[in-house]
Amino acid sequence: MNNAYQIVVCGGIVPDPLQTLEPVTGPAGPALKNEMMLPAVLDPWASHALYEAAHLARQAPGTKVFLVSLAPKAKLQQVLMTVGQKAPFELVALDGPAGGFTEPFETAAALADAIRAIPGLDPARLLVFGGWESACRGAGATLQMLGERLGIVDQFQGVDELQLGADGAFTILERIDGGKHQVSLCAGPPAVLGWATGNLPEPKNNPQVGMANMRAIMPALQKAKPAPLPAEGVVFASVTLPKQQRATRIVKDQSPETIAAEIVSWIRQ
Amino acid sequence: METILLLVSTETDGSLAVPAFEAAGAAASLAAALPGSQFLAGLVGATVQPGADQIAACGASRFLAVSGPDFESSRYVSDAAAAEALTREARATIVVAPATSRWNRCLPGVAQRVNGRVDTHVTGVSVTGGGIGVSRWYYRQRMEAVLQRATRPWFLLTDPGSQPPWQGTPGTATVHPLTVTLPPGGARTRVTGVKEPAADAQTIRPDAGLLFVAGAGWTKKQADGQTHVPEAEQLIREFLKLTRASLGSSKSLVDLGGEGQAVLSFLTHLNQVGQTGSTPRHPKGLSTCCHGEEPHTVGWRFIGERRAISLDPNCGWARGKADVLYVTDAFAVLRHANALLQKTNTFGLLVSPR
Ligand SMILES: Cc1cc2nc3c(=O)[nH]c(=O)nc-3n(C[C@H](O)[C@H](O)[C@H](O)COP(=O)(O)OP(=O)(O)OC[C@H]3O[C@@H](n4cnc5c(N)ncnc54)[C@H](O)[C@@H]3O)c2cc1C
Repeated sequence: MNNAYQIVVCGGIVPDPLQTLEPVTGPAGPALKNEMMLPAVLDPWASHALYEAAHLARQAPGTKVFLVSLAPKAKLQQVLMTVGQKAPFELVALDGPAGGFTEPFETAAALADAIRAIPGLDPARLLVFGGWESACRGAGATLQMLGERLGIVDQFQGVDELQLGADGAFTILERIDGGKHQVSLCAGPPAVLGWATGNLPEPKNNPQVGMANMRAIMPALQKAKPAPLPAEGVVFASVTLPKQQRATRIVKDQSPETIAAEIVSWIRQ
Repeated sequence: METILLLVSTETDGSLAVPAFEAAGAAASLAAALPGSQFLAGLVGATVQPGADQIAACGASRFLAVSGPDFESSRYVSDAAAAEALTREARATIVVAPATSRWNRCLPGVAQRVNGRVDTHVTGVSVTGGGIGVSRWYYRQRMEAVLQRATRPWFLLTDPGSQPPWQGTPGTATVHPLTVTLPPGGARTRVTGVKEPAADAQTIRPDAGLLFVAGAGWTKKQADGQTHVPEAEQLIREFLKLTRASLGSSKSLVDLGGEGQAVLSFLTHLNQVGQTGSTPRHPKGLSTCCHGEEPHTVGWRFIGERRAISLDPNCGWARGKADVLYVTDAFAVLRHANALLQKTNTFGLLVSPR
């Protein structure tokens, strides 16, 4: 039985979550203030997808992992300096905007073209991975659209676990409403899996993996096709920051007993 | 002129759950605000008549359905086929569905099939000057946008808890069934069950009046130079039992488990609130031993009243993120609070549900 997969992990880049974000209106619609200056990271849930792909590749010899990323290529290069040390992969880069105000429909179209163009890709062994929601758009829509474009109708979202069975079938755990997991049995590839956190810790940086990856990353970045994503048909009427500040009352010199009583009475109100 | 399709799935007994009524409310309001629009309802499930009857009076002029055993479980291949058939039959230009895990999974793919567009996690739908505006959050609840679209069909998934539910008397709906067949060879995916903690160990309670958040401080060395994880676990468990609060956690606390450190045994990633966790909706939230950093507090966007207990007077909560910050030892407060709750908790449930 052929147990080797071709795992394509789709992941964009997002501003580091510790950064303060402020919306501005640019010529092409809303954007972030100083967007190009903000330090970026690989989208967190897509990172988990990458770690899970590397883990599955170790279990299924012959498996190949690709990272397909649509982002401004100069920023992507910076992010890959660290991400490249986490897991072995081959990069397919698309040069385009990475922000939250882009259109999943257009992103999916660009990703589908890039995936179809991967030399030697076997659609029957294909697993499309990604994060179940991005940290920018937070829509959870791109992977499904991509799957449709690739003709894949076995799709899972909010995945926390994929177990490989002896017969090549997968047992998949997906997050569902109310803090539960739905368990499904899928006959095998092709499939689309939008990962949530999964179960794996973030791998330590491995400089050897980084060096091996880097040799191919630089040429892949040079070859990156432009993917402009014009967000056709969308008009943003407003983008606003919420009123964040509350007038915090700081209680310092009360006994735990008094505070407990205050909290209990607040809970009961 | 818009044709609005409300898309809902039924529970195993054929009835509708709260998020479906909320989507029905949004669809009905939209239809009312757009004179001349058409309003239809589409149902998917093993059986659908009870659900259709529940919303018989919602204003929909036709009730379409795809039902049968193939459509009982929440699965991409069958749900997408059903939703596609309903969208095409209704000639829908706007599709409104609840943003449940079931519809979130498949509707973006259906939008692709019908060359439409989709907005998930919609928190508001409005009509101004005849145009539809949709509110949703970007960058993990850090900024809110209102957007309009020219492309149709346009799929809107309304976030549970964000819309007032449709309320009305049940009636008898005439349901027009559609026949949908799955791909040749049947489905390659079979839903085999649901994995959830035992009832008494279930700590995530979306309907709870209070969110109780535990941070990494519970596992840190305390004033005596020692950690007190077993006591922390016992105090939190007791508090949850007495208040029926839903348990949230910071990322640091759940991650400690993955690093092999002693953490609270009942915590999983599903409890994590924030940037890479959830954004639950509860009227009140109490944070304990958590620093209130931005990647955590973005998950509090939809928590009404917020209070926090931390030893650090300069933590994030102090900077306008909580209504009240108690600078004190959470162990001591919880000990007293549990005793107080136990003493006076004669009627069981104390925290009023939403
Ligand atoms: C990409 C990325 C994504 C992230 N996503 C998330 C996310 O989704 N959710 C999230 O929570 N974080 C997230 N973070 C992490 C976040 O930045 C913080 O590191 C994390 O929230 C800190 O957790 P904490 O407040 O529990 O722990 P700490 O920062 O260790 O704070 C512990 C607090 O406990 C207090 N304390 C200790 N003992 C006591 C006591 N006896 N009584 C009262 N107080 C006490 C201390 O004073 C301190 O304030 C993310 C970070 C990154 C980089």
